[in-house]
Amino acid sequence: MRFWQRLSSVDSRILYLLLALAVALPLVIKPKTSIRVSEPVRSAFEAVDRLAPGSVVMISIDFDPSSAPEVQPMLIGILRHAFKKDLRVIVTGQLALGLPLAEIALNQVAPEMDKVYGRDYVNIGYRPGGSAMMVGIGREIRDYFRTDYRGVPLDSFEFMRRVHNYKDIGLLVSLAHGAVADIWIQFVGGRYNQDIIVGCTGVNAPNLYQYLNAGQIEGIIGGLQGAAEYETLIEKPGSATLGMPAQSWGHGLIILLLIMGNVGFLLSRKKKDK
Amino acid sequence: MKRTVPLVLVFSTALMLIVAFFIPHRPFGDLESRFLNWYTIVSGFTFLLGIDSLTRHHLTRVFRRGQGWGYSLVLVLALFGTMALGFYSWFKFQSPFALRAPFMWLYTYMIIPLQSTMFASLAFFIVSAAYRAFRIRNFAATLLLVAAVLVMIGNVPLGGSIWRSIGALVHAIVPAVDLVKFGRLEAFAAVKDWLMSIATASAMRGIGIGLALGGIAMSLRIILGIERTYMS
Repeated sequence: MRFWQRLSSVDSRILYLLLALAVALPLVIKPKTSIRVSEPVRSAFEAVDRLAPGSVVMISIDFDPSSAPEVQPMLIGILRHAFKKDLRVIVTGQLALGLPLAEIALNQVAPEMDKVYGRDYVNIGYRPGGSAMMVGIGREIRDYFRTDYRGVPLDSFEFMRRVHNYKDIGLLVSLAHGAVADIWIQFVGGRYNQDIIVGCTGVNAPNLYQYLNAGQIEGIIGGLQGAAEYETLIEKPGSATLGMPAQSWGHGLIILLLIMGNVGFLLSRKKKDK
Repeated sequence: MKRTVPLVLVFSTALMLIVAFFIPHRPFGDLESRFLNWYTIVSGFTFLLGIDSLTRHHLTRVFRRGQGWGYSLVLVLALFGTMALGFYSWFKFQSPFALRAPFMWLYTYMIIPLQSTMFASLAFFIVSAAYRAFRIRNFAATLLLVAAVLVMIGNVPLGGSIWRSIGALVHAIVPAVDLVKFGRLEAFAAVKDWLMSIATASAMRGIGIGLALGGIAMSLRIILGIERTYMS
């Protein structure tokens, strides 16, 4: 087999090994990277930053462990930002399997920011119902969530007594890995003019730019890069910033392989044509 | 009768839901909550049906020592083990999500790594598939490849590093070119931003409109009883 033919038909196992090395090595070497902040992430950051102290932010956990490496750093970043701004946080979720991730993040961030459960934040948990529930909260949140996730009545939390519907919520954050963010935007943003920012996996980000262009959402935090940009803005590097060199090297390897494969393909086609 | 009653039920329910959606005030607004309760009950029963079907299927395989019965046994044990830990944590800690609850231990050390691994393994298949299938066979494929490369390179800090290296090289050749300004432009990232917010968004908008129209058409067909496959 000629060299250029070999170039376009490398064994899959070698490709897997190369990718594993490209992702693992930067995590060990930890090279320094400079992160450029894109406009959609800056807008998302500013939407949180604009809120006055004491305002309420509702964070919906619409992702599960499969996309946690990408989306969890966004949750941690937004929580740090919200707590630093003295905002009150309500955590809920459209995926039951995602809620424990919120608990993990809250229990990591709240103590370091000196925030107390019930006074500064509550976790109202998961209720089934999807779009009907999202619309229903527009009337009264207690129609769906009478208690928090541990069964404590919402009205026993001081700041929750003044939260009834979207009029009392300054910003809605949907951290999603699927189409749930679209439902928040269409049913809650469209119907109640609720300000929304979305954090999503890199794969889902292209679906959401149409909403950003139309002014239906305030900002997008897309993928690990978006999370790293948010961490840069709050000046608190975390796992996303740490993961960027690995992602960089991974992308670099894919581009290199694409070039290799195509050079081999073109040269072997040229040979065939002759 | 067997056909007419479900059709009338579907039509009237859909009509009420539409009215309730557009008039969110009482008494219509309450209808949505009521329907939601019904939906929750029905979906609860579908979970029960699913668990019943799954358990029967795998237990049969275990008792008959069918092919891969060991995996079926692991599945049944994992299913009921998770449920048992969930209920235990609920009673003992008021929530299965309490950080000290055994369910949370299972979640942190089994569910998170397993699901993350499933998702991460996609990257390996994507690399292999891209390497083999992404060929510049024609103009459209070339455009797609160039766009993909630009998005990939512009979406990571590597793009910035490459661009700054190009800047340094240009500065070395033509000293008059301002190195700092050249490096700050971050052309790859700017192109990626444009591709995402203009080129991709327009395509996604078209797809979105198509999907919505398709959804409306299908809903109307079901409401009006033209589409009846759900009854078979």
